[in-house]
Parts: sequence; C-alpha cells; structure tokens
Amino acid sequence: MSGRRSEGGAIDRSKPISFRWAGKSYQGYAGDTLASALIANGVSIIGRSFKYHRPRGLIAAGLEEPNGIVQLEAGAVTVPNVKATQIELYEGLSATPVNAKPSVEFDLLAVNSLFKRFIPAAFYYKTFFWPSWRLFEPSIRKAAGLGDAPAERDPDHYEHRFAHVDTLIVGSGAAGLAAAEAAAALPGNERVMLVEADFEYGGGLLSAAEPVEGLAPLAWRDAALARLRAAPNMLLLNRTMASGFYDHGLVALYERVSDHLPPEQRSGPRQRLWKVRCKKVILATGAFERPIAFSGNDLPGVMLASAAQTYARRYGALAGTRAVLCTNNDGAYDAAFALHDLGCTVAAIVDSRAAPGAGADAARQRGIEILAGFVPLAAKGRRAVRGLEVAALGGGVRRRIACDTILTSDGWNPAVHLHSQAGGSLAYNEGLQAFLPKGAPQDAISVGAAAGILDSDTAIDAARAAMRGEPVEAPVQAAVGPTRRFADGDTRAQTAWLDFQNDVTVADVQLASRENFRSVEHLKRYTTLGMASDQGKTSNVAGIHVLSGLLKTPAPAIGTTKFRPPFDPVTIGAFAGRAVGEDLAPLARTPSHAAQVALGAKMENYGGWLRPAYFPQAGESEQQTIAREVHAVRRSAGLFDASTLGKIEVKGPDAAEFLQRIYVGGVRTLKVGQCRYGLMLSEHGIVYDDGVFARIGEDHFLVGTTSGHAAAITETLHEWLQCEWPHLRVLVENVTTGWAVMNIAGPKAREIFAAVGTDIDLSADAFAHMQYRAGTVGGVPARVQRVSFTGELSYEIAVPWGYGAALWDALMEAGQPHRITPFGVESLMAMRIEKGFLHVGSDTDGTTYPQDLGFGPAIAKKKDDFVGRRSTMRPDGLREDRRQLVGLEVTDGGPPIEVGAHVLPADATEARGTQGWVTSSVYSPTLERPIAMALVERGRDRMGETVRIWDLGQWRAARIADPRFFDPAGERTHG
Amino acid sequence: MLLITCPHCGPRAEIEYRCGGEAHVERPGPHDQVSDQAWADYLFYRANPKGGHRERWLHVAGCGQWFNVARDTITHEIAAVYPMGETLAEGSAA
Repeated sequence: MSGRRSEGGAIDRSKPISFRWAGKSYQGYAGDTLASALIANGVSIIGRSFKYHRPRGLIAAGLEEPNGIVQLEAGAVTVPNVKATQIELYEGLSATPVNAKPSVEFDLLAVNSLFKRFIPAAFYYKTFFWPSWRLFEPSIRKAAGLGDAPAERDPDHYEHRFAHVDTLIVGSGAAGLAAAEAAAALPGNERVMLVEADFEYGGGLLSAAEPVEGLAPLAWRDAALARLRAAPNMLLLNRTMASGFYDHGLVALYERVSDHLPPEQRSGPRQRLWKVRCKKVILATGAFERPIAFSGNDLPGVMLASAAQTYARRYGALAGTRAVLCTNNDGAYDAAFALHDLGCTVAAIVDSRAAPGAGADAARQRGIEILAGFVPLAAKGRRAVRGLEVAALGGGVRRRIACDTILTSDGWNPAVHLHSQAGGSLAYNEGLQAFLPKGAPQDAISVGAAAGILDSDTAIDAARAAMRGEPVEAPVQAAVGPTRRFADGDTRAQTAWLDFQNDVTVADVQLASRENFRSVEHLKRYTTLGMASDQGKTSNVAGIHVLSGLLKTPAPAIGTTKFRPPFDPVTIGAFAGRAVGEDLAPLARTPSHAAQVALGAKMENYGGWLRPAYFPQAGESEQQTIAREVHAVRRSAGLFDASTLGKIEVKGPDAAEFLQRIYVGGVRTLKVGQCRYGLMLSEHGIVYDDGVFARIGEDHFLVGTTSGHAAAITETLHEWLQCEWPHLRVLVENVTTGWAVMNIAGPKAREIFAAVGTDIDLSADAFAHMQYRAGTVGGVPARVQRVSFTGELSYEIAVPWGYGAALWDALMEAGQPHRITPFGVESLMAMRIEKGFLHVGSDTDGTTYPQDLGFGPAIAKKKDDFVGRRSTMRPDGLREDRRQLVGLEVTDGGPPIEVGAHVLPADATEARGTQGWVTSSVYSPTLERPIAMALVERGRDRMGETVRIWDLGQWRAARIADPRFFDPAGERTHG
Repeated sequence: MLLITCPHCGPRAEIEYRCGGEAHVERPGPHDQVSDQAWADYLFYRANPKGGHRERWLHVAGCGQWFNVARDTITHEIAAVYPMGETLAEGSAA
C-alpha cells in the first residue's frame, strides 16, 4: 500500500473523479486509467491468480497487462475481464476483481497456493481423468474462474463501418505520427487514416523525457498532431485498436465509441467494428517489454520498468517509495530516473551486464548504486515486496536489498502481431534477443519500435524514409545483457513466473521439456503458456528463451507460436453489430399474416417463414385443434396460405431439355397445361428437393420447390446452366415472392373457388387433377394448379403478391356457407402422412437415394442422364439392404411413436443392430389411430411383418405397411 | 477476406461471393459408360495445390454470375479473373 500521487503527469488535476473499486470509494483525475488511479491510491493487490489464487498486482500499463483484469460495472452493462489499464476513468465508475472470493485481501482458494508443487502443467489432465474429467470440471472451472458473463440482455448496440484508404497508420507514437505526416503529404494519397488504441495520442512519447528532434516529447507530439488535424485527407481515430490483419489489405479496427463515458451518458453505438481495405499499412505498433523470471516475481510490487515509468510520467502515480531496477539494457534506466526524479528512492540498479552502458553515468550522478553483472534471485515478502535478493551472475556474491518496488526489463519484443497476421515472416535479432518483422507483406511496413528501432529520432527518420519507399532496417543497437537461466531441478523455478494470467512458471516449461514437448505449439497447449486473454504478450518470448536454453536449440530455430487475430479481445457485440435478435435473420411473413394472427393462429418459424402451426379455439388442445382442422378439410373445405412454396420460372427454347437433365423423371413429354411431380437430386445422388412443376407454355415451365428452398434451388439451376451447359438457351428466375398462393382443399373446394368468381372452367373434365390453368380470379390475373398435398380436391390459386390478402379474405367469405376452416402446417402434415406423401427432409436424410423412396422403376425407364443419376449407381446405391420408405401401423394400442425411434426385428431382445428409424409420425384424426412412416432395411419386401420399435428405453410394437393409409386409390383427389 | 474483382460488378469483398472450388473439372458421361473410378475422380478428387490454383466463384450477393479466378493459395494473390467456358493460357498467370 505504498503507491501515491506525485507531481507532474498529463492528468487534469482540476477534474477529480470519484470511483469505486471492490466496494470502496476512491478518487482519481480526468486522464487516469482505472489502473493508474488504483496505483495512486495505494491499491497494490488487484486480483488473485487464475490457478493458485496468489495475490497479484499490476505489472504493465498497457493492453499487455496480464493480472489486472476486472469486472466493470454490474447488471446488464457489466463487462467481464477488462484490463484495468484499458479502462478510462469516469465519474461513478465501479469495478471489482474477478477471481477472488470473498476479497482480494483474503481469498479462500489461496490454499491452492500451498500445494503449488502438486499442480504442475497438465496436472488436471493427468489427475482427473478417472472416472471422468466431466465430474471434476465444473468445480475446477469455478476455482479458475474469470469474470461473470452478463445474465441480462445487452442494452447497448454496436455497428459496423466499411472504409477504403490509401494508407492506414496503426499507432501514434513518434514513428506513427511521422509516417502519418509523410503519408498525408504524399501526392495521390487521398485518404489516410491513423488509429490509436489509447485515448491519448503519443504512444511512448507520453512517458518519455528525452527530447524528440530537439523538442520536449509532448511538444513534438502536439505540433505533429496539429499538422495532421489540418490535413484534409487525414482521419484520426483514438480509442481504436487494429485487431486483425486479413487478406488483400483488410484491417479490422475496434473502436470503443462510448465506453469512456458513465453508462447513463452514453448514446449512439457503444462500439464500432471497422473493416478497412488499405492499399498500404504502416505498422507503428510499438513493442512490449519482457519481464525477468525470478523467484517471487509475481509479488505485488514487481512490475515492468516501462510500466512504472508510464505511471510516473504520464499519470503522476508512483508505485512505491523505494525501488530497485533489474535490467539487461540501457533503455530501462529511464524508468529508474523517472521514479527518482519524482521523489521515489531508487535503492539500486541491478544490471546483468558486467559493463553497463551510457545510462550508468547518469545514474551515478543521481547517486544511484549500480550492481553490474548482478541478476535478481528472489523477491521477498508475502503479500507485497519487502526486499530483493540478488546475486552475481556467475554465482558467489549475494546481496539483499530492502525495497517495496522491483522494476524489471529483460529487453523488448516488437509487436509483430499484425505483421505476422498479414503473412509476414520474422527474423531473430541476437542483439535484441527478439523476433523482428521481416519484409513488408501486403505492403504493410513496420516502423519504430515495432521494427526494433527503439530510439525516437532514429525511428522518425526511418518512418519518413519508409514512406519514400526505402526499406526499414533496425540499426545496430547495443546488445541486451545476459539473462539468468534456471538449472533443471532449481526449486526457485517453481515460483518464477512466465505467464502471469495462466500461472505458468519456468518449472512448468522445464517439465514440458523433460516430457519431450519440443515444439513451441505443443509447449503452449501443454503448459497453457500464452493461452490466456493476453495471448502471452509478456510471456511468449520469455518462454521461448527458457525452452531454447533447455533444448540447447537457438531461439530462431524454435520459432514463435502463430499470431492470430484479434490482437486484443474484441467484444462479441462488436462482431455481431446490428445482426442481433430479430435482425439476425428476419422472418418472412405471408400475405395473409395479419388475417391469420387475427384468427388466433399459433405462428411458428418454419424455415425462415412465420407460418401458422394451427388455429386453436378456446379450450382446445393441440391435438383437438389439428383433428378439427383435418375433419373440416376432409368433410367440407379448408384454406391454407401456401405462398411460401418455391416458385421458379424456367423459360427458353431449351427449357424442357434443361429440366430433363435436372429432374429424376421425364419432362420433355409433358404437355402444355399439365403438371407433374418432380424429384431433384444432388450430384451425389442424394434426394435434394421435390415439388410439382407445370408446363405453362411450350418453352415455359413453372418449377415448384419446398418452402424455404427456392433460393437454393434457383442458385443450383443457375450453376448448372452457367458452368456446365452454357449453350442451353434458358432463363431462370425465382418468383416465389411475386405470387401469393392460397390453397383451397376439400370436397367443397370447387364450389367455394367458383363463388369467388373466375373465368377458368373448373369442371372436373375441363380442369383435372395435375393440370394448370391461367385466367382471372376475382378479377385479378391468376395461375391455378390443381394439385393436392392433403389428398382432397384441391386448388393452389396464385395471384400477384399484393392481392394475396384480398384473395384470402374473398375465399374465407365465399366459404362461409360451407364452414370453411383455415388450417395450419401441422394439420397439413397430419393429412400428408395419412396419404403417405413424402416430405423431403423429414422422410429423407443425407444418405437417401431415390430408389429408397420407390423411384427405381421410373429411373430405369428414363434413358437420359440427369443430375445425380450416375451416383445412384455407385456400389452403395446398389446394395440390397438399403433402407426403404414404408408405413408403420402401431399394433400395441399406444400413442404415436416418437420420430427417431429405432426399428428392430420382432425377435430383438436388446437395443442393438438397428434396421432403420421412424421419420414421420402422427395420430391420424381421420383413421382415429396412430400411424407413422419409417426408413427400414429392405422395407418394401417386408410388408405385413411385425417389428419392435425402441425409443429411449421403451419398447413398442408395429407392423410394416403400405404408407398410403387413407384413400390409397386417390378417388377423393380426383373428385 | 479476399477482394475479388467481379467481371461484371468490379472489386467487391469476399462476403459477396461463394467459392465453387476447383475450376475446369470435366463432368464425365454418358452415365452408363462412366466407371466408378472416373465418377469418383469427378465427384471427390481435387488437386488442392499449394500455390497456383484455378477456381470457380459466384457473385451470389451481386450479379449472380459465375466466373473463374486464378489465385495463389499461399499468398492469396489473384492473377486473373476470366469467364466461364474459357481457359487461361499456360504460364499466363498463377
């Protein structure tokens, strides 16, 4: 609890902000992050670790932070697992730690920490495999829990934006700003965009002290920003992170539009996902500092040198009162100076190099002791740093230094993530002990620290040169010093952390190495190193260095794990954008929708259409409703809105020839005005769709498809025409929503149809079953097909979509004397099962050939090839034990059999060796008994055979039968 | 996400298209004279090369037209877009 506020920083001390952390009130300032405000308030423990529940503090100041993940706000707007370093402080902000119960100060599960040496890498997989991992998983997951997902619906909305730019610059540090200015000045660069993930522009300049091109860092930044804001071709976006680099110059940007405001002040979208197509991308994404692994390096108070520097210079927040810097490079000395100059004692600088660089003199001038050739061994303290034990690198001399803060720097890793996602390769730089971007994939050029150039002025020059088309190369820089390696068996390795968020230690990597996990990808999965939400930004390269030492293999030969988007977590809401709820897949409505709803229809989603399941009346059960509707159709007349049926016009001199190649049956011989049932296959021979097609002119066909399948069939027909038979002169057009279709069915159908008024001769001789007529109905142009899925006398009357509702009303009115009854999809299904009519998708699956449905003879009769024909002749199609579609009569007096129940032989005693399954099943109101259809091995040869049916432990009895249960001769249909 | 230049509509994002797999696959026939192996080659076997590849694409959310694309499967570079029914001269691209 030694953190405090110092002088200086870019915060606005005239705007104090109150916020709550873990239930207590604190104060910060405008310009603070939650992280900097907590440090300034002396909060050193920010959470408990994932696996061992060890107390943890902040180690970074940016998005690489592994420990400081919090639950932001509560209720519907709550966000789990946000990094405190990314949360801009606002008035009334409230956040809590995610992995500590009851509190970070006293955590019940910290007992895990005592058993640390018993929970090495892969411990759970090795230990909890008997009797089943699933038995243990829930409690283990709970112990290892991160934040809680919101239980309520997200009240915010999100949006997507698209943009095309000439140059996109990612990052607004010195190199990014310099590149942006050069890009804006480039002739022909009409659109230039610069994005910064932080709310402040400036990157490393925000915590620097050294002059930049002779100016104070912030003065240089302000001047550059002013020039960019004045450029007419420049778009600047802060709070916007480039989250992914995809093909052909596509970069995804994640803009947090209103997250920085108190929830009640937010308006418009909360976040915005940009998809930006870029001709050129400048990656000025900076670099991440590597922590040093030593025993107890996870104690609150140990942090990255650059983080302490940022907290001090940018936020005026000091992490402690007495610090030690452990480093292997010159750059980190600036962190010690930042703290020293703001009043924090720097007890010593522990430099692994025997001969420290130029920084040493500046340190001595400040009176800071330098321990050259020394490395940290162990941090001392239980819940906070109390001291540091250091040792000479070669062994021997040891010292203990009292301190409350330990700064560490093991060098820098360029943020090569986007470069790598763009397809770029990496080159290992021995001097920096880091992977640097190589080349410029997709014209994406890395500049500045992202290219390994750590000095500002050099980076600025290189960025400008890059915009002139010159290659970027990191200059020769002072090599980083050595890093202490752990001997196999060194017990300190068990408490030397690499991956803080996933609790992976040096000992875990040693174990993986002993067990021969030599690939870095395997190491990652086995130990979970780098698999947390920070994706190993502070741990991956450190882990590679440890593995390299153990395997005696150079780091470049080990390589890195693959960098995948997103660079940093993006909310699901941003990915979804507006495509949520009903807007994800809007439901289509039929012309009579309003009338059906007014009649009390129970509407359901059938393949993207809102359709009535049935029309219940007061006090009716579902089965009673369906029975009433079926009886009405069978005894008098029913009305059904069939507008959803697919309607495709196929027209042209070769239309008949084309469809001859599409349908299983013949087409050429069909006469004008006639309809025919058609079955379509995929090229794999599998039943794909069915429907009635009509020849409405010599070279003009109307192809009917199942509901919801019209678009797919149209696309398939186009594919065959354009790709296989481009010489056929045929046009194909999907007219499904051009024509409303009302289906009037039942013995009184003709009378009711006639009463609406039509110029079509409806007499049985003039207009027979399976015929098509065009004319007018109620004064409106109409296309009428006499077809039947109910088994009754039936007309499908199509009128232009806009007249559909009027036709529904007219038929309902004309049918009043006959008690016309609207019926729904479920009643229609009951009637088609009574007739044994096939329903593709219910009675067929992805293995059903046409011969399984009884189309074998029809195929044999046809000479021509058609789509899928050759596939039906493959050895699998010729097997004699194929499952065939048959009817089932329930013989045990019980209720209908469940669809999906298995069919077994009559002498079966156990549920194995299935011979097929039930595909459709219903209680038949007409026959007053349950009936079913099933795909059964050799079913057609087994008519009359008794079978046993098994369904989830229950045995039933049935008899294989002809599926035409009702009116098998079709006399009613032809009436 | 690829940026594909539809020959009819111009450059559009990949989400507007559907990939139809390898181009120039010959459909064997007539059906009663095709061996099981020849039919299986047509149905299932594809070159799946690392590098230059000719494939069919459909501008499904645009003009609804099919066309051919010569694309490098490693770099995703599109060397040529050409109409159905045409072939690309050897060595001319990808």
